[in-house]
Order: sequence, then C-alpha cells, then structure tokens
Amino acid sequence: MVVATGGFLSNGVDMASFTTNQFKSGLKILLDGDPYTIVENEFVKPGKGQAFNRVRVKNLKTGKVIDRTFKSGESVEAADVMETEMQYLYNDGEFYHFMKPDTFEQHATPAAVVGDTGKWLKEQDVCSVILYNGEPLSVEPPPHVTLTVTQTDPGLKGDTSSGGSKPATLETGAVIQVPLFIQEGELLKVDTRTGEYVSRAKD
Amino acid sequence: MAGRPKPDWAPAADITALRYRAAQLAAIRAFFAQRHVVEVETPILAAAGVTDIHIDGLREAESGRWLQSSPEYAMKRLLAAGLGDCYQITRAFRAGEQGRWHNPEFTLLEWYRLGFDAEALMAEVAELVAEVLGVLPIATQTYAESFAKAGLPDPLTTSHADMCAAARQHDQAQPLPAGLEYDGLLDWLFSRVVVPCLPARCFITRFPAGQAVLARLSPDDPRTAERFELFCHGVEIANGFHELTDPDQLRERFRRDQSRRAESARPVPDIDERLLAAMASGLPACAGVALGIDRLIALGLDADGIEAAMAFSWDRA
Repeated sequence: MVVATGGFLSNGVDMASFTTNQFKSGLKILLDGDPYTIVENEFVKPGKGQAFNRVRVKNLKTGKVIDRTFKSGESVEAADVMETEMQYLYNDGEFYHFMKPDTFEQHATPAAVVGDTGKWLKEQDVCSVILYNGEPLSVEPPPHVTLTVTQTDPGLKGDTSSGGSKPATLETGAVIQVPLFIQEGELLKVDTRTGEYVSRAKD
Repeated sequence: MAGRPKPDWAPAADITALRYRAAQLAAIRAFFAQRHVVEVETPILAAAGVTDIHIDGLREAESGRWLQSSPEYAMKRLLAAGLGDCYQITRAFRAGEQGRWHNPEFTLLEWYRLGFDAEALMAEVAELVAEVLGVLPIATQTYAESFAKAGLPDPLTTSHADMCAAARQHDQAQPLPAGLEYDGLLDWLFSRVVVPCLPARCFITRFPAGQAVLARLSPDDPRTAERFELFCHGVEIANGFHELTDPDQLRERFRRDQSRRAESARPVPDIDERLLAAMASGLPACAGVALGIDRLIALGLDADGIEAAMAFSWDRA
C-alpha cells in the first residue's frame, strides 16, 4: 500500500511533500518553483489500468489557473504557505508594515504585494495575510471596514435618502459611490469585496 | 445531488436511495437464483494479495493479511474444486482509489459461468444490467475500433512516439502526464478521449494483450485478449474474461507484474500459490466477470458519483 508521507516535518531539513493520494482542494504545492493551491482534483483510473490525478491549480503569485496531470502515487513538494491574521500598522510609502497580534512579530510587505488592497487598509485593522516561505505573498482586507469620509461634494438641497449617488474620498484614499446625503467627516461601513457603500457606521 | 450538505454523521446517500439499493440487490440475487447460479462467500482477509501493477492492496496490520481487492482468486479455487456456476456480492478494497466514481472500499458482484465464452457472458451481463437500468441497446466495439472512432491511431500497431504525437492533438488528453509507458498512455487516452465518445451503453472487447490480466489471448489474434468491459454513460461498470486456465502462462504474467513493480520501487506482493495450484489441478473452461455494484446503483439513481449510492463513503466511514 502507499504510505502517506506528507505534511511538514518537524526537523525542517527534509523537504516536505505530498503524494497524489493526499490531493484535495486547498492543498498548497510547489510546481516549477512557484506556490500553487489545488482548486480541483479529479481521480481518473481504468479498473485495471494506470491511475491519474488531473488537477486544476492556482498560482498564488499570479492568480493564474492551470491544469496538470500526475500519475497517481507521484510526490509533489509542499509549498510552505500559510494563511495568518495580522494587524496592519502603517505604511512608509515603500512598505506596508503588519504585526502578528499574538507574537508582536512584524513583517514589512512591499507595496507591490499589497497592490490595490492598500486602499482599504486602516491602521489597527486585522487582515488575512498569506505567507510563503515566511514572506507575505498577498493581503486580504477585512470583508467590511469602517472609514471616514475626507472629501465629498455637499448634497443637493432638499435631497432625501432616496435615489442618486456621488463620489466620496475616504481616509485611506479609496473613492466610492455614496448616497447624496452623506457628508464629509461621517463614518461609513464599506464592503471591501465589492467596493460598495453599506451604511453609515454607528460611531 | 442538490440540497444542503449533510452533517458528518449522516449518510451522504438519501434514505430512499439506500432502500432502492436494497431492492436492486434482492433483484440481483433473484436473477442468479433463477439461473441456478450459487451464491458463495470467500475470505475478505487472506494470506495472498495480488501482483497487479495498478492495484495497490491494503493490509491488516496485526496479521499482515491482505484485504482482498477482488474475490476472483478464491472463487477460481472453488471452481477448480468443482463448485460450478457461482456468484458473490462482497466488499473489495483498493488503496488510494478515491474519487467521484471510486471508493477504497466498494461492493463487487462477481460471477463465473462454466463453458461460457466472452460473448455468452456479455449477453448475460446485458440482461442483468437491463434489470437495474432498464432495457437499452448495447453497442459493441473492439478496443482498436473504439480508438479509431475517437480519431486515434490503432493501439495495436502504432509506435509509442506516434501515439504520443496523436495524443498531443486531442484537447481532452491535455495536459499529458509525463513519463508514460505505452500501456499507461493507452490508459490515459482511453479514459480521457475514447470513453467520452462511447454510446450510452457499450461493450469494449479484445483488449491489447498487454492488458489481458487474467483473460486468455484471442486464438485468432494473440495481439489481443478475450477480455471485455461494459461502459454505461461513460462509467466503467463491468470487467470480464474468458478465463485463462493455464497456470504456467498465469505464473509468467504474475512474474512480469512483480518485476515491473520492483523496477518502479513499489511493494512486490507474493504470488498466490494456492490459486496456481488450483489451476494446475484443473480450472474448468469458464468465463467470469466483476461488476461494480455501487456504480450500477448510482447510475440507476441518475447520480453523478457513487457517494449517492453508498451509506457511508470513505470520508464518512
């Protein structure tokens, strides 16, 4: 029988690997030197014949999705990828600085890695950070953030809460569409997944 | 199956599906009772496993005995002992075989008919399948014909390099696995390119001699073997042989399997000497077939995987 050998080894010297038997969605593997996550795993086997695993994998650096076929039983190197919660501290123009709340360990993340996500990051907010070989690979903002309106044109006179919208700039630099009654200095709840206004925040 | 995911303790299958399964098993037993085919039971844990290159056995840790991947060897010993026509519905085990249509523990129906050849047994398989899935015409294609119909070269005459080149032309075959031997390449092309082209119900006959397993070679064309398979809606349902009865030829095949396993640094199970001794004492001329019950029931339920037909599949067992 095929003996499972996967998982990370505690001594950190031997290269951890997975056999195709352990393939499942979400498993992080190394292909051609890049970290990938398994999106789909299909087991193909004629009863008396060679077994295969046809997998769909997503490159964690580029987001590109590709297909690969393995002979079942083959081993693939594990990618040292982990998802962790970190608190956003500040950015100095070049780097975004994050901290692990439990250990106070800090990570400086190049602005290029943070990319467009930066416009949702408010100091002290907790984000989901994917680490590859201990270095941040990507940053996910919280699903909802509360941000102050720093600039928006005054609403038209007599306007009520119904209909119409206007652009508003938030404290992080993000620009979103808001209802006409929203004023500068107000706190708004924003959905970072859609980039849309949700409601006024309580305080 | 639609609907919310079931909690972990609960069967993935609907209760109505399990009742349907019970009714089908009763109908299958009645099918064999009518034909005076005797039900037998053989050990699930036995001293010998199989040497098949592509079947990895599971072993019981305490005794080192093998969970049987099929009841074939034990049933052939019963045939050699004079039992006559017989069938068995049993659990079979194959390490690592898990997917939409695979479960490492599954239910096999296996039966043997004295004096039958492949055609006679195929006719009986068709009758049994009609009992469960209803009557529908069944096409028959030889393995080579099925490749031709899928636009692939002749698997019996084409070189490895030419078959690789042809494989690269088919979208369905991409991405091609690396480092395949010829039979492995045929397996991949058959699964990915040929099977999706098959009619709703189709027998495949005359497998290449390299995939004979325990079938005898065709006397009129020894490049092929008297092995057949049944596919229903693209799912492999049954595998049958006009059985090889010559123990020396079988020992040769077992040894070849063992050396190929050794070459690829995989476990090399011992040859089942009790099977070979039984064959030496005289295995009557017969044909035999194994049919995947979980898959048949799942197709009867119009399901898209065997989980719908099993009480507790691997992840819930």
